[in-house]
Amino acid sequence: MERTQKQDQQTAAETKEPRTGADLLVESLINEGVETLFGYPGGAALPIFDALYKAQSAFDQILARHEQGSIHAAEGYARVSGKPGVVVATSGPGATNLVTGIADAMIDSLPMIIITGQVAQGVIGTDAFQEVDVMGVTTPITKHNYQVRDVKELPRIIREAFHIATTGRPGPVLIDMPKDISGEIIDESFSPNIELDLPGYQPTTKPNPLQTKKLAEAISNAKKPVLLTGAGILFAKASEEVLEFAEKYSIPVTSTLLGLGAFPGNHPLFMGMAGMHGTYTANTALYECDLLINIGARFDDRLTGKLSSFAPNATVAHIDIDPAEIGKNVPADIPIVGDAKAALIRLLTHEIEQPEHDDWLVRIHENKEKYPLWFNKPEQDMIGQWVIKQVHEATDGNAIVTTDVGQHQMWTAQFYTFNKPDKWVSSGGLGTMGFGFPAAIGAQLAKPDETVVAIVGDGGFQMTLQELSILQEKGLPVKVIIVNNQALGMVRQWQEKFYSERYSQSIFSIQPDFVKLAESYNVKGLQVKSQEEFIKAIPEIFDYEGPVVVDARVLQQENVFPMIAPGKGLNEMIGVKP
Amino acid sequence: MKRIITATVRNRSGVLNRVTSLLQRRQFNIESISVGRTETEGMSKMTFVVDVEDFQKLEQVTKQLNKQIDVIKVSDITDKAIVARELALIKIVSNSQLRAEVQGIIEPFRASIIDVSKDSLSIQVTGKPDKIEALIELLRPYGIKELARTGVTAFARGQQPSTQDGSSYSSLLG
Ligand SMILES: Cc1ncc(C[n+]2csc(CCOP(=O)(O)OP(=O)(O)O)c2C)c(N)n1
Repeated sequence: MERTQKQDQQTAAETKEPRTGADLLVESLINEGVETLFGYPGGAALPIFDALYKAQSAFDQILARHEQGSIHAAEGYARVSGKPGVVVATSGPGATNLVTGIADAMIDSLPMIIITGQVAQGVIGTDAFQEVDVMGVTTPITKHNYQVRDVKELPRIIREAFHIATTGRPGPVLIDMPKDISGEIIDESFSPNIELDLPGYQPTTKPNPLQTKKLAEAISNAKKPVLLTGAGILFAKASEEVLEFAEKYSIPVTSTLLGLGAFPGNHPLFMGMAGMHGTYTANTALYECDLLINIGARFDDRLTGKLSSFAPNATVAHIDIDPAEIGKNVPADIPIVGDAKAALIRLLTHEIEQPEHDDWLVRIHENKEKYPLWFNKPEQDMIGQWVIKQVHEATDGNAIVTTDVGQHQMWTAQFYTFNKPDKWVSSGGLGTMGFGFPAAIGAQLAKPDETVVAIVGDGGFQMTLQELSILQEKGLPVKVIIVNNQALGMVRQWQEKFYSERYSQSIFSIQPDFVKLAESYNVKGLQVKSQEEFIKAIPEIFDYEGPVVVDARVLQQENVFPMIAPGKGLNEMIGVKP
Repeated sequence: MKRIITATVRNRSGVLNRVTSLLQRRQFNIESISVGRTETEGMSKMTFVVDVEDFQKLEQVTKQLNKQIDVIKVSDITDKAIVARELALIKIVSNSQLRAEVQGIIEPFRASIIDVSKDSLSIQVTGKPDKIEALIELLRPYGIKELARTGVTAFARGQQPSTQDGSSYSSLLG
């Protein structure tokens, strides 16, 4: 006999099936406003999935084909929606398959709620079937984690988890649910108003006015100021304030990889991204500046290069919601703990004398003119940079763009100019291959009406391409552009430059037929081999309503330039000019 | 340099694990940790002795500890007027003839013999770490069979001197 799920739900309600701990979990999630849920079932999580089945009208539930796909999709969702990404997986292998994504979300400060099934409490610690010490494994890669020991604690734990994940410096919070707790029959009713009691967690959002005043004074005295925008600005939704601030004092701006879009990429004050593959102008400005204002960036080593050459003559002001970031890598002369938006609003209220630094602006302008980003232009063959420029034009620079990790990622950061916040989704801190495509799925779920483009490498795509299933299942029109150099390009580049061209395990001699592969998932597939073919294919890709996978064949030997070699300083860029 | 740091934490499962894993992951050298309940229900106090290179590293230790959700308060009390104590149990090789001699050595330290057997003596001593160190050195020639130390536990004195000369109390760490 066939029955619809609706009928099932009704029968459940009519027969008054007993409520379980898992039902309480689901009610708590609904109470937190969760609408989209990324899950993958398994034994220890079955009570949870059963409760989700009963409540399915409450959520859009996404079944990825690998837990890693679930969590990267949830990360993409979190990045563009600003809401926490919620993932449910089972114990043991389900949980360990999430580890990469949890670590990725942790280092890039994405708000995430991860719920893992766990073996029943009676067998925890006995190496039971599919048991892993998830608390032990995830302690160093979560902002906080919980193992539920008493079903009564559950609503409080969920409330705390959402609060912790989304406030202060956002991050992943994991809740480990032993099976007996999820399956326990309960009669407590759910009460939505739970008072938070977290005396040890009180993020400072309001900056100290004495410190902001100090910074204001430093600005009026600075001859060579630079503003560095990090992803903290995006989390704080402070893009407008940054723009007003930079314009008010004519401060040139550079960005971290993850901060792209926080400040308009086409603004005359913008110098481009800084760091290992940043622009000459930005890196030189960081080297020469006498005042560096870092807002919401964590001074990653890919940004700073050799520390002794990083802003060596500058007074450093560092605004960050996480006090532990201030002074961690680069000592701060003016430390400001607080929310980026609150700090900028405060700064804008100080009456500051207009700084005089016209020479500096002229120098930066000249550098921008003289040392723009460049790439070789082969006659017909395609190269990654060119492909990305085409994608930029075809989408008017308005798409949400996700990437994997590698050369194509750096080229996208360089050549897809981001003018608006929350359009750029990439794995920065962990540099996780396989991130880009599922992240695009999450982004498209969060913003169904926007064009979402996943720019991926042929290597990284092969790590999570099974998620093509979701495109088909959910009708998501994600455009996947494989920048296919038939190699692990970034590795190949390093081997070429630093290992005497010994290409150890970095060239693919065999590749799948990406077109057939896409088609087997009912997704349109295209292969393009020349500039002409690519230009012709653009309407087929971007005017088409459904998802497309484009196998864009590019030259293998193209490298990312300019570059700061590992261990070198900002003033030692190579490949600045063709 | 050695520093004494105390942390008040909530008694929630995994706190100790979280704190030690944090210190280990960030390569902070811990000399000792002691943990126990406090006067407040649900709260414990941890006392760490850490060996750090400079003040920047030290600041990171306290900031990272502070970041933990269940950590309520972190203080570096090294330069404060503090009381710091450690307990050590020392089992040495001995026999009935030596017992009086040992007794004579440990008395000025206000240590006591807490177990006696045919060929060994167990001694208990509490005090500042340098005092314990000194006693161990004196007993070492007899042959130490077993040694257990609790690590320092400490807090600030009720009354703090009005002027601080900074360095003076670091000597408590020996
Ligand atoms: C999971 C994972 N494994 C290994 C690496 C190391 N890695 C960094 S870039 C890269 C090559 C990426 O190749 P591909 O996806 O084809 O992109 P391309 O660099 O060619 O654009 C590798 C292997 C990584 N970042 N992530």
